[in-house]
Amino acid sequence: MNMTYPLLSVLIFLPLAGAIAVMLLPRNNPSLIKGLTLVWTIVEFALSLPLFFSFDETTAAMQFTESVSWFPELGISYNLGIDGLSMLLVVLSTFLTVICVLASWEAIKDKVKEYFISFLVLETALVGALCALDMVLFYIFWELMLVPMYLLIGVWGGPRRIYAAIKFFLYTMAGSVLMLLAIMALYFHYGAQTGSYTFSLLELYKANLPMGMQYWLFAAFALSFAIKVPMFPFHTWLPDAHTEAPTAGSVILAGVMLKMGTYGFMRFAVPLFPQAALAAAPLISTLAVIGIVYGAVMCIMQSDLKRLIAYSSVSHLGYVMLGLFAFNMQGLEGGIYQMLNHGVSTGGLFLAVGMIYERRHTRMISEFGGLASVMPKFTVFFLIITLSSIALPGTNGFVGEFLILMGAFRNNVTIGVIATSGVVLGAVYMLWMFQRVMYGEIKKEENRKLKDINARETVIFVLIAFFIFFMGLYSQPFFKKMDVSAANYLQFIHARTEAPVSVKVQ
Amino acid sequence: MADYIWLIPLFPAVGFIFNGLFGTKISKGAVSWIACLAVFLSFLTSVAIFFEFLQLPADARVFEINVYSWIASGEVSIPLGFRVDALSLVMAMTVSGVAFLIHVYSIGYMEHDPGFKRFFVELNLFVFMMLTLVTGNSLIMMFVGWEGVGLSSYLLIGFWYQKDSASDAGKKAFIVNRIGDFGFLLGIFLLFFTLGSHGVWTLNFGEIHKSAHLLNGNMINLITFLFFVGAMGKSAQIPLYVWLPDAMEGPTPVSSLIHAATMVTAGVYMIARLNFLYSMAPTTMMVVATIGVLTAFFAATIGFAQYDIKKVLAYSTISQLGYMFVAVGVGAYSAGIFHLMTHAFFKGLLFLGAGSIMHAMSGELDMRLMGGLRKKIPVTYWTFFIACLAIAGIPGFSGFFSKDEILWKAFSSPHGHIMIWMLAALTAGMTAFYMFRLFFGVFYGDCRAPEDVKHHIHESPKVMTVPLMILAFLAIAGGYLGIPHVLGGANLFDQFLAPVLGGGHGHAAAAHASAGFSMVSSAWASTAEAGHGGEAALEMTLMAASVVTALIGISIAWLMYVKNTGMPGKFVAAFPGLFKVVNNKYYVDEFYDFVFVRGIMKAGGVLLKVVDIGIIEGIINGVGALLQWIGGGLRKFETGFVQQYAFGMILGAIIVVGYIVFAPLF
Repeated sequence: MNMTYPLLSVLIFLPLAGAIAVMLLPRNNPSLIKGLTLVWTIVEFALSLPLFFSFDETTAAMQFTESVSWFPELGISYNLGIDGLSMLLVVLSTFLTVICVLASWEAIKDKVKEYFISFLVLETALVGALCALDMVLFYIFWELMLVPMYLLIGVWGGPRRIYAAIKFFLYTMAGSVLMLLAIMALYFHYGAQTGSYTFSLLELYKANLPMGMQYWLFAAFALSFAIKVPMFPFHTWLPDAHTEAPTAGSVILAGVMLKMGTYGFMRFAVPLFPQAALAAAPLISTLAVIGIVYGAVMCIMQSDLKRLIAYSSVSHLGYVMLGLFAFNMQGLEGGIYQMLNHGVSTGGLFLAVGMIYERRHTRMISEFGGLASVMPKFTVFFLIITLSSIALPGTNGFVGEFLILMGAFRNNVTIGVIATSGVVLGAVYMLWMFQRVMYGEIKKEENRKLKDINARETVIFVLIAFFIFFMGLYSQPFFKKMDVSAANYLQFIHARTEAPVSVKVQ
Repeated sequence: MADYIWLIPLFPAVGFIFNGLFGTKISKGAVSWIACLAVFLSFLTSVAIFFEFLQLPADARVFEINVYSWIASGEVSIPLGFRVDALSLVMAMTVSGVAFLIHVYSIGYMEHDPGFKRFFVELNLFVFMMLTLVTGNSLIMMFVGWEGVGLSSYLLIGFWYQKDSASDAGKKAFIVNRIGDFGFLLGIFLLFFTLGSHGVWTLNFGEIHKSAHLLNGNMINLITFLFFVGAMGKSAQIPLYVWLPDAMEGPTPVSSLIHAATMVTAGVYMIARLNFLYSMAPTTMMVVATIGVLTAFFAATIGFAQYDIKKVLAYSTISQLGYMFVAVGVGAYSAGIFHLMTHAFFKGLLFLGAGSIMHAMSGELDMRLMGGLRKKIPVTYWTFFIACLAIAGIPGFSGFFSKDEILWKAFSSPHGHIMIWMLAALTAGMTAFYMFRLFFGVFYGDCRAPEDVKHHIHESPKVMTVPLMILAFLAIAGGYLGIPHVLGGANLFDQFLAPVLGGGHGHAAAAHASAGFSMVSSAWASTAEAGHGGEAALEMTLMAASVVTALIGISIAWLMYVKNTGMPGKFVAAFPGLFKVVNNKYYVDEFYDFVFVRGIMKAGGVLLKVVDIGIIEGIINGVGALLQWIGGGLRKFETGFVQQYAFGMILGAIIVVGYIVFAPLF
C-alpha cells in the first residue's frame, strides 16, 4: 500500500503535538487538560484504525512505509513500516491510551498537566518503537519510553514509588546499554562484510554472521528484551513497578510496554540472529515455562492485588515467549494474539483494581471481601475479565493460550505438558483472589457503603468486555491480518537456519 | 429441521443474554418465564428433529453444520460447528427436557430468594453450555461446552456467595475440574498431532472416526486415557470425585440439574461419543471399567454413613456415575447412555424431592431431624418412593432396565469381568439399602423435628409438584424404551443409537459371554455355551440375582429404620472407629488438603522467600548498591521538580524530532 500521506509519522508525532498543546494550556483548568487529552487520544485511535481496515492481508512486505534518508553518511534513515506482526500492537497501543486517559480522570489530582504530558509522550515513544525499521530510530524510541514511564511511577506512584522507579529504570537501562553495544557491533560487522554501512533493519536481516558473533549479539539483545518482557529470572522489577505505578501507568506498562520485549524478540533478536535464536530456543522455552509455573505459584502467595496481577503477567508473558520460541504457526500466532489478549485482560484487571483502590485506598486483598453484595455491576465485569485471564473458552484468552499450548506441545512434548499445567494454577490463583475480594460476608465496615461503578467506569469496562468476547468468539479478522506475515517470518527463519552457517572468524 | 440444530443451544443463549442485560428492567415473573420458554424451545427443536430422524433410514441420521471459522492458524482450523445424530439427540432431549422441568420447579423453589433473577440467568447459561457440549461437532466444541458448564457450575454452587462454604465449594469444583481438563487438553493435543503426522489435521468427530485406523495401539490407549482423566473430573470419579459432595452447597434445583441429571454425565457422553477410539483401546477400557466399579462401590459405602439428605444423594450420584463408566468401559455404550437417561429422570427427581422436603422442613437437611413426613407431603412422598424404587432397580421401574443391562454387559462383554459384575451387583444391593435408609428415615417413624418446624410442614406448591409428577412418570416409563430382548422387548433405545454407538445386535456380543470367565461355575459356563436359550437363562438368572440383592437391601433398611430403630445406634456403638472413618468420608479431603493445598502453599512460600527475595533480589540489590556507591547516590532524586522534568522531556523530544525532520535537509 503506497500511502501518499505519512500515516505512521502522523500517528507517532500527533501525541507529541498533543503534549505541546497541553503544555500551553492553563494549569488551573484540569478539566480542559483532561478533555483535550481525551479528544486527542481518541483522534489518534481513530487515525490508527485505517491501519487495521486498509491493511493488505496478502503480503508479508512492510506496509505504510516511509523512508527518508537521515544521516546518509552513517547509514541512518528514518524508516517506518508495519506488517502483520506489529500492526495489531500499534492499534492496541492507541486503544489502551484512550482507556488510560479515561481511567486517570479522577485518580490524578496532582500535577494533572504534567501527568497527561507524560502520557502523550509515552504514546509517541510506544508507537514509534513499533513502527521503526531503523535500528537507531528504534533505539531512540525505546529509550524515550523509559522517561515518561519513570516519571509516571516516580511522581504519581504509591509510597515506595522512588524505589520502584529507580529499580525500573536501572533494570531496563542495563539491558538497553548492552543492546546499544550489540547494535554497534552488528553495524560495523555488516559494514565490513558488505561494504555498506547501514542501520536499516531490513538490510541487516540479510547479514550472515559467524556463529560465535551471533551468540554474543543475540545474548545482548535477548537480555535487553527479556528484562522488558520480563522473563524469569529478570522479573523482580515488575511487581514493584506495577504496585507503585498509578492505575493507568500499570495498564500501559502491562498492556503495551511489556510487549516491547516480546515484540523485540520477534522483530529484532530472532530474525537478525536466527541460528543463535534457534540454538537458544530450548533455554528460552525452559525459562518461559518456569516463568509460567513460577509466576502462578507466586500469585498464590500474594496479599496485594497489584502484586498478584504483576506476577500473573510474568506467567502470561511466559506463554507468549513459549509460543514465539516454538517456531511454528500455532505458537507464533497464538503468541501474538496473547500479547493483544494480555493487553486487554490484564489491562482490565489493573483497571478493576484501580477502581476499588480509588474507593478504598488499599490494595490489600484482606481489606476487601463481600464486594459482590454492594457492587453488582462491578462484579459482573470483574468476573468476565477474570475468566478471560484464566482462558475460558469464549473469551479471548482461550484462543491465544490454546494455540500457544498447541504450538509448544508440537515443538516439545515435555515443555508442552508443563505449560498446560498452568491452566490449573491460573484458575487457582485467579478464582481464589476473586473469592477473597468479591465473595463472602462484608467484614469491613468501610466496604458496606462502596458505590457501584459510575458511567465513566462502565464505558471503560464495556469496551474491555467487548474485546474480550469479540476476540474470543470471532478471531478470524485478527488472524487473517497476521497469517501471511507470520508464515513468511517462519519461512525466513527456517530458510536461514537450514542454510550453511558461515564459518568466518569465530 | 435438522439444518437448524444450532437453534438447540441458541435459545437458552438468547435467554441468558436477554435476561442478563435487561433482567433488572423487567419483572421477576418475566425473567423466569423467558428462561423456561428458552429451554422449552430447545426441547421442542430436539423433539422435532427426533421425529424427522424417525422418517429417515438409520444411516442418514447425521447432520452437521459449520457456522463460521472460529480459530484458524496454520494447520489448525476450528469451525464453530454443530452435529446432531442419534447420540447427541438423545442427550439434547434429555438435557433440555429435564432442564425445562427443573426450571419450572425453580420458579417455586427460588421464589423468595433475593437472587431470583440471577439464578435464572445462570441456569440458562448452564443449559446453553450443556447443549453446546452435546451438539458440538468437534473435540474443541465439546471442550467449549465442557468448560462452560464448569463455569456455570462454579457460579451456581457459589450462588449464595455470602457463605464462605458455598464460594469455597464453587472454587473447589472449578479447580478439581480443571485438573481433569488438563488431561483432556493433553489428549486433544496428542490426538491432533498424531493424526497430523499422518497428514490428517482435524478435531472433527466424523473425520477423526474416518482416520482412527491411523493410530497405533499404545498411542490410542494413552490418548483415550487422557480423555478419561477429563471425565474423572467432570463426572466425579476416583480420584477426582471430591468436589461433587461439596457442590451440594448450591441451591437444590442446581444439584438436581447440574450435579445429578446432566453435567456430571458429560464424561460418560464423551466416552460414548469417542466410542470408536475407546473400542480400539482395551487397556483404557479396563481402566475405565475398573475405576467405574470401584467408584460405584466406594461411594456407596460412604452413602451408608451420611445424615445430610443431599450428601447421601451426592454420593449416590457418584456411585451411579460409576455404573455408567462400567457400561462404557465394557463397551456397552448404549447401556451407559440408557442409564444416563434413566438416572437423569430418577436422580433429578430425587433431588427435586429433597428440595421439596427441605421446603417443607424450613431448610433442614439432617434426616435425623425428620421422620413421619409420609402423610404431610404426600406428592413428595409418592414421587420420592417411585424414584427410590427406580434407583434400587426394582422390576417395572426404569432403573431396573438400565442397571440390569449394565450388569449383564459387565458380565458378558469381552471387556467385562466377573469381578466387575460381582462388585457392581453388590453395589446394587447397597444402593437399595442406603436409598431406603433415607426414604424410611424421612417419611416413616415419628417426626423428630423441633416443634416450630413441625408446624410449618406443608406440601410444596403446584409449580414444584407437577415437575415431580412428570419426572416420576418418566422414572417409570423411561425404562420401557430399552426392554431387553430376553424379556421379549426390542431394546428400541439400543437400536436408535446403533448407528453411532455400534451394537444393536444385542446377542452377538453375548456370544463371548463365557470366554475368559473361568471363575464362573462350570454349570453356568456350559449353559452359556449351550447357545441362545442357555444364554438367555443365564441373563435371567443374573437379573433375578440382582433383584434379590436389591430386595435384601431394602429389607435390611426396613428392619433397621422402621421395624427396629435402635439397631443403627447399636451398630455404630459396636464399631465406633469404622463409623467415624466412613462418616468422615475416609478422610480423603483432609489428605488432599494436606498434600496438595498445603504442599503448594509451602512450596510457594519457600520460592518467594528464597528465590525471589533471597537470590534474585539479593543479586539485584547488590548490583544496585554497587552502582549507587559508584555513582554517588541516585537518592538525591526527588519529586519536587516535575515541571522541569516534563519540560526537559518535551524539549528533548522536540530536539529529536527536529533532528529527524531537519537533518536530512542539510
